[in-house]
Amino acid sequence: MKNVAKQEVLALNGDEAAAYAAKQSDVDIVAAYPITPQTIIVEKFSEYVANGDVETEFVCTESEHSALTACLAASVTGARTFTASASAGLALMHEMLFVTSGCRAPVVMAIANRALSAPLNIHGDHSDTMAERDSGWIQIYVENAQEVYDSVIQAFRIGENASVLLPVIVGLDGFTLSHSLENVQVLSDDIVKKFVGTRQIPNVTTHEGKSVPFRLDPEKPMSMGPVAFPNYYFEFKRQQEEAMRNALNVVQQVNAEYAQLTGRSYGDGLLDLYCLEDAEIAIACLGSTAGTVKTVVDELREEGVKAGLLRIRTFRPFPVEEIAKALGKVRAVAVMDKSMSFGGNGGPVFHEVRHVLYDLPTHPHIVNYVYGLGGRDTSPDQIRNIYRDLQKIVQAKRVEALINYVGLRE
Amino acid sequence: MTQKEKSWKEISPAGVCWKSSTEFLTGDWKTYKPIRDIEKCTKCLLCVIFCPDGAIHWKPEKGDIEFDYNFCKGCGICANECPTKAIEMKL
Repeated sequence: MKNVAKQEVLALNGDEAAAYAAKQSDVDIVAAYPITPQTIIVEKFSEYVANGDVETEFVCTESEHSALTACLAASVTGARTFTASASAGLALMHEMLFVTSGCRAPVVMAIANRALSAPLNIHGDHSDTMAERDSGWIQIYVENAQEVYDSVIQAFRIGENASVLLPVIVGLDGFTLSHSLENVQVLSDDIVKKFVGTRQIPNVTTHEGKSVPFRLDPEKPMSMGPVAFPNYYFEFKRQQEEAMRNALNVVQQVNAEYAQLTGRSYGDGLLDLYCLEDAEIAIACLGSTAGTVKTVVDELREEGVKAGLLRIRTFRPFPVEEIAKALGKVRAVAVMDKSMSFGGNGGPVFHEVRHVLYDLPTHPHIVNYVYGLGGRDTSPDQIRNIYRDLQKIVQAKRVEALINYVGLRE
Repeated sequence: MTQKEKSWKEISPAGVCWKSSTEFLTGDWKTYKPIRDIEKCTKCLLCVIFCPDGAIHWKPEKGDIEFDYNFCKGCGICANECPTKAIEMKL
């Protein structure tokens, strides 16, 4: 790739890659509380602060609820803000997640995805972020440590875009990514600082009709997020939906711009398609599992099986049209869910992908595989079995079992 | 009290106030309304002090108090505190 910026290869695990990206992104405030498997992000960042590598104000809070509250408060004054959490920590933030998106504060948060109690489990699955699916945050799920680094940098640009103004979660699989050392190409501090730029504050109109910067400023006082009763609350929620729709374009623009800078891109930023153009059978999944699936797709392709993969990188906003286009010609799709929607007839990713296909004139057979809960390993052989099931479904022209559990002892 | 409500495209984001707080007429929350019996009132002004909404004003030019029903939420504290029982809460 020509004309890309000079980069250096560092050995970083996913957590360190997130901290390194935040370090370079000219963040004003980090308020955080440690929780496994995210702890390294906060530890590493506090080292940067202690060593004087950053000018960031680091706030140690007494809980995750307070951590996000501090980030929100800083963000609405115009500061660039970063935090990280996982599992029970994210759950404790639940209330403030909605306040943050409702106040249109573009906080960026890395989540080292982890199972929720009980029983207690510190390992990776998507239960934590899927439970916050409807909290109004953009959600990006990454495949490897390199993508952690790239996505955290991109997240500031996406969230702070004037047409978006939404907080962003970058989800990395707990332990699989958070604690696994990889070669990560990093840009120079200057280049990243230039790419993210200083946070731009758009103007808004006050009740007096004045146009003022959208931030809390004692010199130009305004209220943000005060009471809105049945006659106005609904309108503000509709605005958030519009911001999400705008984010679909912004994610793609930032992905393309970043590709020019680094030579790296993740599909169109929304979806990462692998061997899908002529695929007859496909798996749709999120996160690091895609790495395993790609290996299996390569093997199947060598055997002449037309297998493909749809990795959903941006889960919120959900790329409806793009998924319809990507899967429209496939004959059978297996959707993999690393979390449960108890009583919901399948996992959340399954629900949404199936919902997209409904509007197609002819749609593929679709089947759900719940897998990897509580960090249970998912092997290439198990993925291969899923493709084998899809081949049978194509032959039989019907789905026998709609919801399946991978590697579960029956 | 009826104003044209704005669309979601016309208002600023994040609940940034779309009108002055003095234009939010919270008086329409009330069920019961304080009615004063002027014969019993000694103009001690305790009701003015106790009103949590500042909705009872002393009008020096009239030498009398005045209820601002645009902001009175009908809590009844004035009626409760009135030493001469001059205020009654009525539907």
